[in-house]
Amino acid sequence: MSELTAKTIAELRDGFRSGDFTAREVAEEFNAAVAAAKALNAFTVGTPDDALAAADAADKARGNGDLASLAGIPLGIKDLFATRGVDTTSGSRILKGFKPPYESTVTANLRKAGAGMLGKLNMDEFAMGSSNETSAYGPVISPWKRNDGSNVSLTPGGSSGGSAAAVAAGIAPGVTGTDTGGSIRQPAAFTGICGIKPTYGRCSRWGIVAFASSLDQAGPMAKTVRDCAILLEAMAGFDPKDSTSLDLPVPQWEANLSSDLQGKRVGIPKEYRIDGVPVEINALWDRGIEWLKDAGATPVEISLPHTKYALPTYYIIAPAEASSNLARYDGVRYGLREEGVKSLDDMYAATRAAGFGAEVKRRIMIGTYVLSAGFYDAYFTKAQKVRALIKQDFREAFERCDLILTPTAPSAAFGIGETTDPLAMYLNDVFAVPASLAGLPAMSVPGGLDGQGLPLGLHIIGNELDEQGVLNAGLAIEERAGFIARAEKWW
Amino acid sequence: MSVSTEQVRHIAKLARIAMSDEEIERLAPELNNILGWVEQLGEVNTNGVEPLTAVIDLKLRLRDDAVTDGDCRDAVLANAPEAQHGFFAVPKVIE
Repeated sequence: MSELTAKTIAELRDGFRSGDFTAREVAEEFNAAVAAAKALNAFTVGTPDDALAAADAADKARGNGDLASLAGIPLGIKDLFATRGVDTTSGSRILKGFKPPYESTVTANLRKAGAGMLGKLNMDEFAMGSSNETSAYGPVISPWKRNDGSNVSLTPGGSSGGSAAAVAAGIAPGVTGTDTGGSIRQPAAFTGICGIKPTYGRCSRWGIVAFASSLDQAGPMAKTVRDCAILLEAMAGFDPKDSTSLDLPVPQWEANLSSDLQGKRVGIPKEYRIDGVPVEINALWDRGIEWLKDAGATPVEISLPHTKYALPTYYIIAPAEASSNLARYDGVRYGLREEGVKSLDDMYAATRAAGFGAEVKRRIMIGTYVLSAGFYDAYFTKAQKVRALIKQDFREAFERCDLILTPTAPSAAFGIGETTDPLAMYLNDVFAVPASLAGLPAMSVPGGLDGQGLPLGLHIIGNELDEQGVLNAGLAIEERAGFIARAEKWW
Repeated sequence: MSVSTEQVRHIAKLARIAMSDEEIERLAPELNNILGWVEQLGEVNTNGVEPLTAVIDLKLRLRDDAVTDGDCRDAVLANAPEAQHGFFAVPKVIE
């Protein structure tokens, strides 16, 4: 990493403002870092000119003393945010060549704040995956390696795997991600960076390729908690074009950051002590409790009795919504079309067979089944009822505590190709999914390295709309964990 | 409940995904594995529980019944695999 690419967003912003370097220098350094990191497969398309144009605008604006909050900051954008005129494929063959004629609200907000775009980031196809191995572009390779000298390629997690790898490798100072059932938090944990999923409705879903609409939320990923606060402030906000967008002002999360947790009660859910989780992960969790105590918080044991049903509930609701959302990929309006078939029906079926990968097909099939006549109540309605109970668990827990602390993921990063059983893959999100089902803000912050030298994350869940509480607890952990480890450059 | 290969073929038809016999044979046990696992929800007593449809309590807004966009036919068609005379074109539907 060069001097500039090693900096946080806050440092880049402040250094640019005080004239230590120009926005163009920043954009050029990151463009060069992106170009030199092809081995990571983190980007699906580079947009160096976009980053340079935004930088030049920022340099000019600085001369006039008129700077937006992210002026001079180039970002990576997950490939499922519609970006005008730039390929947006959601990691799928079926959207090959799709160039949206419009811009997603979140990326439009970032542009309005002065940010430039380095490129689009690789991801699991339609955000369905926890290892970035389902991408039509091939897997992203994590910049991290085990310390046993084995040189095995590791996954950066998923679905925001390109996003996580780009930040961890220092080729983007910050990125957008999306989180349906852990897709920001699990990759953040695997790569030793921070990532926050805000309350459902904080960030507009307009222009984000839909996976499961009742769960999908955009959020930032970056090196530090402060950087996440800066980015989230720019991304969030009411949008009349999203019917579930929250009509609330965006809080000043960065200005109100404080690691003083005096008077805060931190819930420790006993149901998250599950079998088969490595000792190191539970040990880190215990250290996290001590760090929050040191910051003034009081730990309290809480119970979230329906925790074990969260994953099965998710794997009914998310595929059901996906099967419905992905019905639009029919070879007519955009993307791939399979030719050489006789009827319209055959064209649909051939296009979808050729365009979707195995995991996406599996989920569409599950979703179609649980929504089909005769099975709807037994599966889909049942899952919606259990989801109500999971939400109720959190409601009751937050009468006894202000925040909840858990591990982010049940393991450190695994090797590419090591997990082939779909169910075993789904278990990666065991700690992340409950907060998704309840629409709650949640964040992963790096806590330390395991015995193999790989990062482990701590997971903070907050009550509805309490992103500030989540960020503050994240800051308290960050200050005490002293996590400064970075992946050694091999790419 | 478990799904037969016949049912998998039917689901694939409903989902409009062409599948070979081999694919269907392979998928049936995979789907049964996942369905068998999600069926543990049967243990949960949900009597009298209302299904959750909106995760954050909000009222759906109404907007004025006014045209807010449109007049962008060419932009809409620009990504179509095939467009003719200002329309999306598909294989012939009527003989």
